[in-house]
Amino acid sequence: MSGGRARTPGRPPSQSEGSTFVPKAPAGTLYRGREGMWSWVAHRVTGIGIFFFLFAHILDTALVRVSPEAYNEVIDTYKNPIVGLLEVGLVAAVVFHAFNGLRIVLVDFWSKGPRYQKHMFATVLVLWVVLMVPFTIRHLSHVFGG
Amino acid sequence: MTAVAEAPVAGAIPSFQVTLRLRRFNPETDTEPRWEDHTVTMHGTDRVLDALHKIKWEIDGSLTFRRSCAHGICGSDAMRINGRNRLACKTLLKDLELHKPITVEPIKGLAVLKDLVVDMDPFFEAYKSVLPFLITSGNEPSRERRQSPEDRARYDDTTKCIMCAACTTSCPVYWSDGQYFGPQAIVGAHRFIFDSRDEGAEQRLEILNDRDGVWRCRTTFNCTDACPRGIEVTKAIQEVKRALLFRRV
Repeated sequence: MSGGRARTPGRPPSQSEGSTFVPKAPAGTLYRGREGMWSWVAHRVTGIGIFFFLFAHILDTALVRVSPEAYNEVIDTYKNPIVGLLEVGLVAAVVFHAFNGLRIVLVDFWSKGPRYQKHMFATVLVLWVVLMVPFTIRHLSHVFGG
Repeated sequence: MTAVAEAPVAGAIPSFQVTLRLRRFNPETDTEPRWEDHTVTMHGTDRVLDALHKIKWEIDGSLTFRRSCAHGICGSDAMRINGRNRLACKTLLKDLELHKPITVEPIKGLAVLKDLVVDMDPFFEAYKSVLPFLITSGNEPSRERRQSPEDRARYDDTTKCIMCAACTTSCPVYWSDGQYFGPQAIVGAHRFIFDSRDEGAEQRLEILNDRDGVWRCRTTFNCTDACPRGIEVTKAIQEVKRALLFRRV
């Protein structure tokens, strides 16, 4: 609902000064945000990464409907060290996104969530490391150990 | 008498050299903002604002920035100090890393008019649009409107706002989407939405239910970190979101 709300847009800025010059917001240095901002950045990056994975994943899985042989052929091309390393990245992204997603749910719905967001972010990182270390060791020993 | 002579030494304030790296922009001569370094001798009790004053008064009078009370109440001198939104008058130099230059930039997301001065109009417009005043119906009471301490405590945090724009211009959503109301406007609305004497909560909640309202918030907590008054800004925004979700103030 925005009926009758006289809201001037944030940009372009007011030109009431009468000059022909158009002031702009310069980039300057990177904003030094803290846990909250970086968790948000990481959540977006991992989310977009997972989206593109799912895009490819749905396509290659759908191939089994076309021809099981073609599907097998495509899946066989994944069995190399480069894809093996990408899989570590994929699991890392999914695990982070999942735990941080729960943190965001708590920030949204638990009244004390905003106050404990830094603690919850630390918990997310601890859980992420605890799961990723054994997984990476086991997975890479499969990839490179044969 | 010797004790008197020694007294200044005991109370001497340590002084040090400090370099300020200022993001400057003169609309009459510059096409792009530029960095400018100044090294000044300051004391342990000085703030960033004192260093800016020293530069303006003793080195370069053209340096332009806003400040009024210089004591953290007027909210005029919000700027980006070492990459974070701070009030120059509340940031002590000794608390910063002095072995490297201190960067001072205008706050992000609002158009720079000159040096550290930005166009605050869009910021105040957003504040105005959430109806930041008492809305009541019926006849005015003949005495004051009573409120219990518990009811008063509900919005105590958001009464502290000084409208310096440190929160709004620390918000990544606000930088990229100038239509977003921004944290400060939501803080301003929160102060009345949760006031038991006010009857305009529905109206304000409708305004903030807009696509450019509270739902733009991505809980990055930059606003909470930036607030020089220590307001838990993100918490206030979340309370408004929950009031909208559950229709309960």
